[in-house]
Amino acid sequence: MPALITSPARCVYGVIPGPILFSAITLIGIACFAYIVAKRLVPLARGEHDPRFDRLNVRLAKVLKYWLGQWKQPRYPTAGILHIILFAGFVVLAIRSISLVMTGIFEDFVVPGLSGYAGHIYNVVKDYAVTGVFISAAIAAIRRSVFKPERYSVPAKYGKDHTAEAVLVLALIAALMVSESLFEASEAYGWTPNGQVTESPALFSLAWIFKCALVSTSVHTLQLLHLSAYFVHEITFFFFLCFLPMGKHFHVITSLFNVYLMKLDRGSVKPAKWSIPDEKLDEVESLGVKQFEDFTWKHMLDFYSCADCGRCSDNCPANASGRPLSPRFITIKARDYCFQHYPVHGIPGESHALVGGIYSEDEIWSCTTCGACEEECPLMIEYIDKIVDMRRGMVDDGNVPRSLQKPLKALENRGNPYGKMEKNRADWTKKEDFQGTCRVRILNEKNKAETLYFVDSITSYDDRIQDIARATSRILDRFGREFGILGAMEKDSGHEVRRFGEEMLFISLRDQNIDAIKACGASEIVTADPHAYNALRNDYGGKGLPPVKHISETIAEQIRRGRIHLNPVQDPNRIYTYHDPCYLGRHNRIYDAPREVLDAIPGLKRVEMVRCRDRSFCCGGGGLMLFYEPEEEQRIGVLRVKMAAEAGADVIVTACPFCLVNMEDAIKVAGMEGKMTAIDLTELVERHLALQEQ
Amino acid sequence: MEILVCVKRVPDTSENEIEINAEGNDIKRDDLVYSVNEWDNYAVEEAIQIVDRVGGSVTVVTIGSEEDADTLRREIAMGANKGVLISDEVFDGSDGRGIAAILKAFVEKDAYDLILSGAQAEAGLAQTGGMLAAMLDYPFASLVNSIEILEGNKLRIGREIDGGNKEIHEIDLPCVLSIQTGINEPRYVGIRGIRKAASMDIPTLQASDLGIDMRFVGRSAARVKRTDYFVPATGEGAEMLTGDTEEVVERLVDILKAKGGIK
Repeated sequence: MPALITSPARCVYGVIPGPILFSAITLIGIACFAYIVAKRLVPLARGEHDPRFDRLNVRLAKVLKYWLGQWKQPRYPTAGILHIILFAGFVVLAIRSISLVMTGIFEDFVVPGLSGYAGHIYNVVKDYAVTGVFISAAIAAIRRSVFKPERYSVPAKYGKDHTAEAVLVLALIAALMVSESLFEASEAYGWTPNGQVTESPALFSLAWIFKCALVSTSVHTLQLLHLSAYFVHEITFFFFLCFLPMGKHFHVITSLFNVYLMKLDRGSVKPAKWSIPDEKLDEVESLGVKQFEDFTWKHMLDFYSCADCGRCSDNCPANASGRPLSPRFITIKARDYCFQHYPVHGIPGESHALVGGIYSEDEIWSCTTCGACEEECPLMIEYIDKIVDMRRGMVDDGNVPRSLQKPLKALENRGNPYGKMEKNRADWTKKEDFQGTCRVRILNEKNKAETLYFVDSITSYDDRIQDIARATSRILDRFGREFGILGAMEKDSGHEVRRFGEEMLFISLRDQNIDAIKACGASEIVTADPHAYNALRNDYGGKGLPPVKHISETIAEQIRRGRIHLNPVQDPNRIYTYHDPCYLGRHNRIYDAPREVLDAIPGLKRVEMVRCRDRSFCCGGGGLMLFYEPEEEQRIGVLRVKMAAEAGADVIVTACPFCLVNMEDAIKVAGMEGKMTAIDLTELVERHLALQEQ
Repeated sequence: MEILVCVKRVPDTSENEIEINAEGNDIKRDDLVYSVNEWDNYAVEEAIQIVDRVGGSVTVVTIGSEEDADTLRREIAMGANKGVLISDEVFDGSDGRGIAAILKAFVEKDAYDLILSGAQAEAGLAQTGGMLAAMLDYPFASLVNSIEILEGNKLRIGREIDGGNKEIHEIDLPCVLSIQTGINEPRYVGIRGIRKAASMDIPTLQASDLGIDMRFVGRSAARVKRTDYFVPATGEGAEMLTGDTEEVVERLVDILKAKGGIK
């Protein structure tokens, strides 16, 4: 039965038969795309080594969750739902696109497996997919061009507005959807007069609407529409394909790979060089990222994969406080640099220093490594490792702010950033009202105990923070455990030393600690400092150390077992809120244990801040960040204290010595003394310890 | 430009608890952390920056014991090209004049266009640079906080003077300059750099290798000696303002106005 409408493959265009014309368009389109992608791979081939092909099953599971499952998208509901529809539509329509392209060459082409019943179902699904994508693209375009959500805006110092590109791509997507629907609608009409039972577009789909609109159109016009729609689709499709690798829409292609190749070890920092063992680092010519090619190939892929959605910067505490850092532009600036230096046409340009070029020093030092950006990124782009790598480069060049040089040198000489004497590291145990009532042993080869309490520098030396050490000791004592500390043999965990880029100093501190810990024979380590916890757990990993626990976990465990009881809350009129320290929460996912402990204090009223758990807002940064003097409009801690007040709380409980320092400072700076207090979880628990039941 | 920087190893005040010895004329020197004298470090940085601009090399010299070689290695890690240790028992107890006499003999072995020292260190009376210049018959400037290389073997140097004002001079090369802190931002010396320099051979010279005028050198020749050393009592002279924030701020502004701090 001949069709009234001739298919694109059967038509002759001028003197060129359809299959030849469309083969040519397809070949040119694919060749251009392949060429551009090949050019985009050039810098990756020059990038540093980065092993990402291990743990296949884990990686596949991540792809299912974060890529196919779009797990992080709903964290921003409006944009998230729009994106899920667009993404799902793209996945469904990938098949349709291939099939359409092939139809121009082979008239009767059917995607294998989609003949018959499956094909009918697919056609219904794809009709709705097209409709969903079209509507989403329209809403997204209106959102971007009319409502302009703040997080998409580009501050003047970071370049021009990105709206035009976004809207262009949305227009291309809409053009694809419209042309596909018109193609189908006109085809459906073309068949109908013969009384054939043909596939009619799914009810209320875009193609169905077009079909209704075309009800009285002449066959000649239908034919013209049919071919035009095909032609527009074909050209738009290949233009879109080749346009993707030119900007932020490269993520349409790279996201699958970027998620598959994502970093799997939370809390850790990448080694200075993957290919070189620690003991050989002295011999390498240069350490850290100084120019673009020093990034690993995966980090370059991150740059390609950024969708410019702004979620990282929207959550970044440094950005919020007006520090000169916006994670989004760490990526965008690197991508712009990469596209400029590795052009699609022409040869790669000469390399330039990144810091002092596209990045400023303060930008790179401003990061607190809180991980909010990485937690939010739907594409699993890494920031901390890149920042640390660039700091390594700056340290290697001697380019370190004066404010950080002194503490670093003190860490080298004395094992703590304050330059205090090693022999005074355990002086906090000697406080009058403490010494007689709680015995803290100094552990070593001869004097061993089951539990090692790793105190770390700030808790050992800072007058105020020493209270945490004493509270922790009293709690451990109450557990009835044999415990002790390393005393003068303990060095700074080096957690921030590493994150501030002084890898060699970190290695030296780590190795000294590992020797001391092994010598003391403890079978478990407890610490009240999440930074030390993270260092011992994720930075010292694989060195045969006993398992490490944060004190909040230990207390929660003892409460669960009924081994300790807490008295009713001393001040029942106060409202408590728990502030998640970054290195306990986001980096190690310990959210529940501290809350469990708080809720075990009878009568304690607790509220949550809007930004809690994995969206917790950094206190301002720990370790060496306390020494750094950033440019900022206001303190990060002040923002956080205000969030607690907004939640209706008047006590901020935290579980990190640095958080406590920053919160207490911020309360003073914000003029909220008397209205707000900050306390460490261990201090609160110590005050509520019930007498041991005999 | 061939630049010589004279450096000294001193106890690091920020990383030690300074306690006075039983005699009361020095500090207890066991369990002390030493580092390069702060002013000297600025001088080395300045020398490296000059060489980066106009070429040449930086030599760092110190007078002391084997332990002082580590200070030289740190400066080499920083970017100095060469380090020389001058070490001899006969130097013990030398005063500034003695040190200057030793350095003079060293300088005369080689040709340097510019000699830098820190403005002061511990136990030096800030005199070594000036004395060295006098002995060499070189022009000298102290407390220099900017250096610019001019045509015709000259430098343009800046000095900070009273009231925060700055004076600028031209000085002929070769010359000796003592460097004030703040002239630059000394670079950080990482552990990696220090380790790389750790294996570097530091040539050591003795009195016999140099033609030193021994009349000035050693304890017996010293005409200046330290008799007391004490840590000033803290707290005196500081006025703590009390009250709520607004009161404190108001009072502080008044005081600053009264003392001419703000106009």
